[in-house]
Amino acid sequence: MAKNEYETHEHDVLVIGAGGAGLRAAIEAAAQGVSVGLVCKSLLGKAHTVMAEGGIAAALGNVWPEDNWQVHFRDTMRGGKMLNNWRMAQLHAQEAPERVLELERWGALFDRTKDGRILQRDFGGHRYARLAHVGDRTGLEMIRTLQYHAIHQGIDVYMECKVERLLKDDQGRVVGAFGYWRNTGKFVLFKAKAIVLATGGIGKAWKITSNSWEYTGDGHSLALWAGADLIDMEFVQFHPTHMVWPPSVAGLLVTEGVRGDGGTLKNKDGVRFMFNYIPEFFKGETADNEAEADRWYTDKKNNRRTPDLLPRDEVARAINAEVKAGRGSPHGGVFLDIATRRPADYIRRRLPSMYHQFKELADVDITKEAMEVGPAQHYVMGGVRVDADSTAATVQGLFAAGEVAGGMHGSNRLGGNSLSDLVVFGRRAGLYAALYAKDFGGPLAVNGAQLDAIGQESLEPLTGSGNENPYAIQAELQETMHKLVGIIRRESELKEALKKIATLKERVKKVRVEGGRTYNPGWHTALDLRSLLTVAECSAMAALERKESRGGHTRDDHPYADDTWGKINNVLRLRDGAITLTREPLPQMPDELRALLQERK
Amino acid sequence: MPTFTMRVFRGDPRGGDFKEYHVDSDEGMVVLDVIHKIQATQANDLACRWNCKAGKCGSCSAEINGKPRLMCMTRMNTFPEGEPISVAPIRTFPLIRDLVTDVSYNYEKARQVPPLRLKPPEADGTYRMMQEDIDRIQEFHKCIECFLCQDVCHVIRDHDLKKSFAGPRFFIKIAELDMHPLDTVDRTEFVGKQAGIGLCNITKCCSEVCPEHIHITDNGIIPMKERMADNFDPIVWLLRKFRGQRKSPA
Repeated sequence: MAKNEYETHEHDVLVIGAGGAGLRAAIEAAAQGVSVGLVCKSLLGKAHTVMAEGGIAAALGNVWPEDNWQVHFRDTMRGGKMLNNWRMAQLHAQEAPERVLELERWGALFDRTKDGRILQRDFGGHRYARLAHVGDRTGLEMIRTLQYHAIHQGIDVYMECKVERLLKDDQGRVVGAFGYWRNTGKFVLFKAKAIVLATGGIGKAWKITSNSWEYTGDGHSLALWAGADLIDMEFVQFHPTHMVWPPSVAGLLVTEGVRGDGGTLKNKDGVRFMFNYIPEFFKGETADNEAEADRWYTDKKNNRRTPDLLPRDEVARAINAEVKAGRGSPHGGVFLDIATRRPADYIRRRLPSMYHQFKELADVDITKEAMEVGPAQHYVMGGVRVDADSTAATVQGLFAAGEVAGGMHGSNRLGGNSLSDLVVFGRRAGLYAALYAKDFGGPLAVNGAQLDAIGQESLEPLTGSGNENPYAIQAELQETMHKLVGIIRRESELKEALKKIATLKERVKKVRVEGGRTYNPGWHTALDLRSLLTVAECSAMAALERKESRGGHTRDDHPYADDTWGKINNVLRLRDGAITLTREPLPQMPDELRALLQERK
Repeated sequence: MPTFTMRVFRGDPRGGDFKEYHVDSDEGMVVLDVIHKIQATQANDLACRWNCKAGKCGSCSAEINGKPRLMCMTRMNTFPEGEPISVAPIRTFPLIRDLVTDVSYNYEKARQVPPLRLKPPEADGTYRMMQEDIDRIQEFHKCIECFLCQDVCHVIRDHDLKKSFAGPRFFIKIAELDMHPLDTVDRTEFVGKQAGIGLCNITKCCSEVCPEHIHITDNGIIPMKERMADNFDPIVWLLRKFRGQRKSPA
């Protein structure tokens, strides 16, 4: 079959995705002396990590010597409402400081303390100022550092290449990946003893999101289709502060660092409303008056944290409620004010990107006026179910790290814990994938007939007789998820969403795009829809099943957290062509770690 | 709601031309929004690169009304109403299709730059650096690799000296490494020979188009040219030896 011709590349370890987790995985695998391929959908250095602003959480203890991994572990577990995989949270808290210092050794220049060490900033849900940062462009610093380190490690980088399907051998091991070059549309086969997924999230299923076009749930779907388990897909983070106006920039992230550096949320009456939304769970550690909240920035020993820096799920719900009650800003958000609270030069120095972004795109000078902000989809806590230590998925030969992996953040991720997650588990994924590849026995055999079928299916949008527009289907899905699987959910709406997704799945089969195989975004969008609809279905299914409210999953019809649900993960699998859901017990942590959670130092 | 006439380049290495599209503009729209609207409703296969839509990833570089810019940071209300707006690919690099070009040259040059090699750390295994020592370098770290500076540089654009010239992006990359307080590598020979800094005649076109407003020429290239000159000055050389600031060759 001439049009299904493909080129072949072979590696010990293939990493899919070149953001923070993928780059770190590739670097580590290469350090183990195996041959490494790194595939990315965009150009190198453009992955979504670049958008991270506020910082990377690590208990270095540079600003507050009282900080240590135990406190970071406690904050992470409490932020995730105890649904986190405890072992991942532990490893993350323990290893994050070394990963940050390693970035510094590779050239990252973090902002400094007066004595020349790495400065740390306050962020939501973190007991101490913990985020190493570079102004408000920490992600850019991190990806550039990893990128320029990686290009000297003998890694083969395959840019603008999209993987469509993972391939298994007769023993059920993942041994390859099949995809296409975006530039030419030609097919490519990667044979690999081990594959690391580092593909990021699923945000493009929602209308208002901070995520880029790449976030179409590729890795989630590749894993599911290959027979691996997904967990916690109901937990979607709506980051509380994004630009809401002008319409074309709705969803553009406004870093939590604004609040970390002293900004406060206000409604249209000028009321600092967060004081009215302090949940029982966080009462002990949250200031209940403005004076104490403002003192906390400089004196953390004698004051409790400002409610402006409650975990993201709490703040997003509060903003949502204020807007619903008619106390929002003119364009449907609330006000975020740092102008009246900090000097202009301080704001420009600490938050240069925010200053620039508002000035250029909204004609707003954030040193003089308040920003208008509101929640948008930002992150998915759920993902590929992995072994905490090795990041191995439930299918042999497959590993996952970063946003595509589930468990680490429980039901809600704390700000700053994503960048640290990327490097902690990116390194582990690269290490264990390389070790697995070294032990790999037998031939690296992929089934050729399988490839023809995938190739054929991939070309359908260019050759079929349908008339559906891929962009229109994508927009309908985004509208559906936004309305029916948003911040606040209820049974009837989730059922409606699943029905709608089912009809969209049928329509996708009739997609037809103009043009050929050379750099054709219409075709790329059509192919990405398959994974996007898969993750949307997973998310809606799990949200329907979980009859409680916890973290990034709020049910209007089940408004409280339920202890029984607090010990359960929703597990999704593909069986006989259909996605199935089972409830499985959450791994229980040892007593010595549980003791850390009780302490209130 | 005003309607804009967009003249977008459509074509591939075999040839192409500007094609006209009419698009309604919403409040606050940027050029990239308009391109997306054309994609969604009029030309599904219109090729363009983009990622963050926030001026942070440097993917959506194009020549808008002949000026190299990021499509995501160019607002529609900056153009006079009624006049057509042209969008073309950055033309220094080989065309792939429509607004997408082959920028692999930049990735090849990136690999050639001798990487950092840091001094040993303090006794506690960590490093000390003062804020004032890194402030100057942070400017270069802001680079989003949009390659607009490379696009507009005469040496690359008009004289096509890609082989013997690294370009402004990599001069500030080198400057950033050289100015790192803990770096020990001497890149002088690399800058002169492989990177070809002598070919730059300081027209400052690169600085003018930088969306991050990095002073590429003033703070990066000129001091580097001066350092190159200093290196051949025996007195400076002696002083440097005396002060012990010797760096090992790359």
